[in-house]
Amino acid sequence: MAQPHAPAPTKEGLIHEPASEHGGGFPPFESSTFVAQILWLALAFGLLYYLMSKIALPQIAGILHDRQTRLAGDLDQAARAKAEADSARDTYERALKDAQDKAKGIAQTTRAQLAAEAETRRKSLEADLATKLAEAETQIKSRTATAMSSVREVAADAATAIVERLTGQAPERGAVEAAYDRTRAVH
Amino acid sequence: MAVKMDPIHQFELKPLVSFGHIGHQHIAFTQSALYMFLAVGLIALLTIWATKSRAVVPGRAQSLAEVFYEFIGQTVHQSAGHGSERFVPLVFSLFMFVLLLNLFGMIPYAFAVTSHIIVTFMLALVVILTVVIYGFMAHGTHFLGLFVPPGVPGWLKPLIVVIEVVSFISRPISLSVRLFANMLAGHIALKIFAGFVPALLAAGVWGILSPLPLALSVAVTALEMLVAVLQAYVFATLTSIYLSDALHPGH
Repeated sequence: MAQPHAPAPTKEGLIHEPASEHGGGFPPFESSTFVAQILWLALAFGLLYYLMSKIALPQIAGILHDRQTRLAGDLDQAARAKAEADSARDTYERALKDAQDKAKGIAQTTRAQLAAEAETRRKSLEADLATKLAEAETQIKSRTATAMSSVREVAADAATAIVERLTGQAPERGAVEAAYDRTRAVH
Repeated sequence: MAVKMDPIHQFELKPLVSFGHIGHQHIAFTQSALYMFLAVGLIALLTIWATKSRAVVPGRAQSLAEVFYEFIGQTVHQSAGHGSERFVPLVFSLFMFVLLLNLFGMIPYAFAVTSHIIVTFMLALVVILTVVIYGFMAHGTHFLGLFVPPGVPGWLKPLIVVIEVVSFISRPISLSVRLFANMLAGHIALKIFAGFVPALLAAGVWGILSPLPLALSVAVTALEMLVAVLQAYVFATLTSIYLSDALHPGH
């Protein structure tokens, strides 16, 4: 670096040797300054090493350690909170699924119950109807039989009356019935 | 117009307070010592004052201190491995001290303390003495196994041991000379290139060429900035590697 130059410029020219107090030697190899330099270096570096090893570096290491501990703690806490949230969600999902399953079950049993009830009612109704139908059929049959047996008598009465009007003489009941049976057999 | 072109002048020590002579030695508080204590003060300011609030979310200065600490911690751990935590304060102090002294040297009119071989050599000596003393304390004579690499055939062993010893002894020399020479050469180059600018300006018509060395000195300044940081890092990394020998001499 440029140094402020104290000596006045000489008339020899632009470039000149500066007047050195150590006789113009090469300063880094000027052994008469060595002891003083070693002394100041030892003091300065000794002081620096003492300050660094006893105060500065433990302090910085402490800061870094504290930060790491705190970060690790925070991360732990976050992980724990996440686990809690996860388990809460699991519980909720399980509860939801249970409720859904239960609702489905209830719906199914209700449906089955209703269907069974409807079936029984339908069956009893059908049975009822069948009995009524059978009863009606029997009644119809007996009525028909009664009616059919009456027809012979009415026909015989009518034939007797007709013959009596035509001939003035009542025919024998047996003959009329026999005649009726004959004509019926023809049809 | 006189232009001083002496590139060596900048490395001269200027006594601020003189304590007289002891024999041939001149005992004085020089600008070099002032910069050393300035560096110590600045480092203490950054690492102690800026971190005293112990903020969980750091501010800029605390962030910077943490970055330096973690960077050196990682470098030491990667190079020296298991058990190297005890050397972090030493490597951190060395790195910050060399870094700030190198960077102080980049300030115009300031003085580059690390351009004096005695300073860098003493720092290297601290490293090597730490390696040797800790090595013998922790491993006893087993530490000497460092000079006998495993898997070497018997007849080759004497030669290898000699080579290993020479390489071990040359470590403080290479460590100190690397830093010293880089700083010295960089500052001399900077001074020479910068000196061409006024020299050309003073030489009449040649003045039109003066932007060339000016641009070059700007480029060299950028390079020297890089060198200042890089050499501090190299010093710290090599220190870590040498300390690894003290920790694990058997490899």
